[in-house]
Amino acid sequence: MEKTIDLIRERIRDGNARVVTAEEMPLIVEELGEEGALREVDVVTTGTFGAMCSSGAFFNFGHADPPIKMERVWLNDVEAYGGIAAVDAYIGATQKSTTREARYGGAHVMEDFVAGKAVELRALSTGTDCYPRRTITTELLLENLNQAIMVNPRNGYQRYNAAANSTDRTLSTYMGMLLPNCGNITYSGSGLLNPIMNDPAFRMIGSGVPAFLCGAPGMVVGEGTQHSPAGGFGTLMVTADMKEMSPDFLRAATMTGYGVTLYVGLGIPLPVLDVETVRSTAVRDEDIIVDVIDYGIPSRSRPSLRKVSYAELKSGYVEMNGEEIRTSSLSSYRRAREVAITLKAWVEEGRLDLALPTRRIDATRSAHPLRETVQGPRVLDIMDRKVISIGQDEEIRSAAQKLLKGETNHLPVIDSSGKLVGIVTTYDISKAVVNPGKATRVRDIMKKKVITTTMEEPVDIAVRKLEKHNISALPVVDRDERVIGMLTAMNLGKLFGGRWLK
Amino acid sequence: MKLIVTFSRKTGKKPIIAQVVRDTGVLINVERAQIDSSEGEALIDIPDGSCNVVKQRLSELGASVRVLEDVISLDESRCVDCGACISICPQEVFSFDEDWKLVVNGDRCVLCGRCIEICPQRALSQKGEA
Ligand code: SF4
Ligand code: SF4
Repeated sequence: MEKTIDLIRERIRDGNARVVTAEEMPLIVEELGEEGALREVDVVTTGTFGAMCSSGAFFNFGHADPPIKMERVWLNDVEAYGGIAAVDAYIGATQKSTTREARYGGAHVMEDFVAGKAVELRALSTGTDCYPRRTITTELLLENLNQAIMVNPRNGYQRYNAAANSTDRTLSTYMGMLLPNCGNITYSGSGLLNPIMNDPAFRMIGSGVPAFLCGAPGMVVGEGTQHSPAGGFGTLMVTADMKEMSPDFLRAATMTGYGVTLYVGLGIPLPVLDVETVRSTAVRDEDIIVDVIDYGIPSRSRPSLRKVSYAELKSGYVEMNGEEIRTSSLSSYRRAREVAITLKAWVEEGRLDLALPTRRIDATRSAHPLRETVQGPRVLDIMDRKVISIGQDEEIRSAAQKLLKGETNHLPVIDSSGKLVGIVTTYDISKAVVNPGKATRVRDIMKKKVITTTMEEPVDIAVRKLEKHNISALPVVDRDERVIGMLTAMNLGKLFGGRWLK
Repeated sequence: MKLIVTFSRKTGKKPIIAQVVRDTGVLINVERAQIDSSEGEALIDIPDGSCNVVKQRLSELGASVRVLEDVISLDESRCVDCGACISICPQEVFSFDEDWKLVVNGDRCVLCGRCIEICPQRALSQKGEA
């Protein structure tokens, strides 16, 4: 049996349509079977509510008198892109305020507008014959704008890899705070309620289909940026009128140590036309598998620690290396559910007119990484190749002498086989002199935990290490732990005019 | 029950908490302590019934004492029930109820401050410091 979209629309008009949320679907299919569910259910609604950095809005402010061609635009000190027509701008959610840094950003501007607060517009121009004015400052409410159209380039990620951290220090990431030694796991996404997860072949979701976006009736534009459905990571570009949105489903947020983002509520109703739709909307959390990625490794190809299902993630604990590790969601399942339930009411009331895609979304693509034609600098490009080191059994005196020569403030300490075993600094020596105690040998005063780098490591990563540990030098070691160079703040400063250090 | 004890160290480095344990016989659990050269602050946990005797003895020894109650406060209008706070709290203060709503069990809090720092919605604060 198959149903047509017109039949479903007719049932909605007559008030006979059976609309359910994607959460209810697995049970219905279990009870009625696929054919039975197809007869019974007309529409399945989906929902998700979580951080979606790739969000933003186009504004049209209207013309001033005398008119200005706004070239640079700030809203509450957050810069919006003004390189479009005279009084248009696009604000991105993650743009930070020039005055309040990570505590306020584009997402907050959007939330303030939607919450009915006044926002200060400031703009600059070079002035032209037709647009003579050079500056403007004014307070605006959302209702004062001609248009405020949210267009989010990448929303509704089908699923998202979970995160953990195997290193011995805490990390602040866009996946939240990751405790050392895999002390917690964070994840994002609504699992079985996720729109694309309920239609992974993009048969019902495509350009022109209606959507719930931040409390407003909106629409799917098409595939989102970084759309990668081949691997199960499809995305959507979506749009809706900000004037109809609600702060319940649009929230600015700050990820500590990472920056500003926007929490977006998104849902899509799926008409149930055939058995295939029944099958895909019966997806359960147990069926949705992601990797737990180790964010302790600072490269693009971070290793996976294990595979895990949304059912396990949502249970609050995941087992790893024989231990129960607590999980935290970053998205809100409670609000995702509210999205799906609100959408269900909208469909029943006829507030959204169901439609099939006017243009299909490719379900087979995969996104590829950035093509880099110029390789960034590596440690070997700038390190000091002349290494002055000291043996661990030598006297503190000789370490002091070496340091006094003034060529370095850091002495890597090596054992008899030449392996790095510690580091001493001018400070350690001074301390030993002030508090003589029993220490006589370098090994007695050296720091045994040495943060190191390698020749191949990108300079940016080495710089993060210096900043994170608040140190000023890194021994460069080879595979056998032998010191082959030193990277100091001075190398960086000299070669890049300080550009690499904040 | 939890008490915040503040004491000056100018008068010497007396082992004030150890002394209270000896004098009152109450077992005190020190959950957090921050002591520098001039001042000390400790968060201690004691059995509910012993509050008065411990408080009294601490005051006699020159410390000031404050009872901690529901120290972490949640701004319900900001919270979106994401759960980011759940796994980072060392005391398991946060959990979800069956409707995925955040539940705060503040008695266990040791005021480490982590949740306040990481809440993406800035919905958590220390009572009295909001
Ligand atoms: S992290 Fe903040 S917003 Fe999220 S559940 Fe906890 S208190 Fe609520
Ligand atoms: S302050 Fe620390 S112990 Fe208290 S609730 Fe927050 S994370 Fe838990």
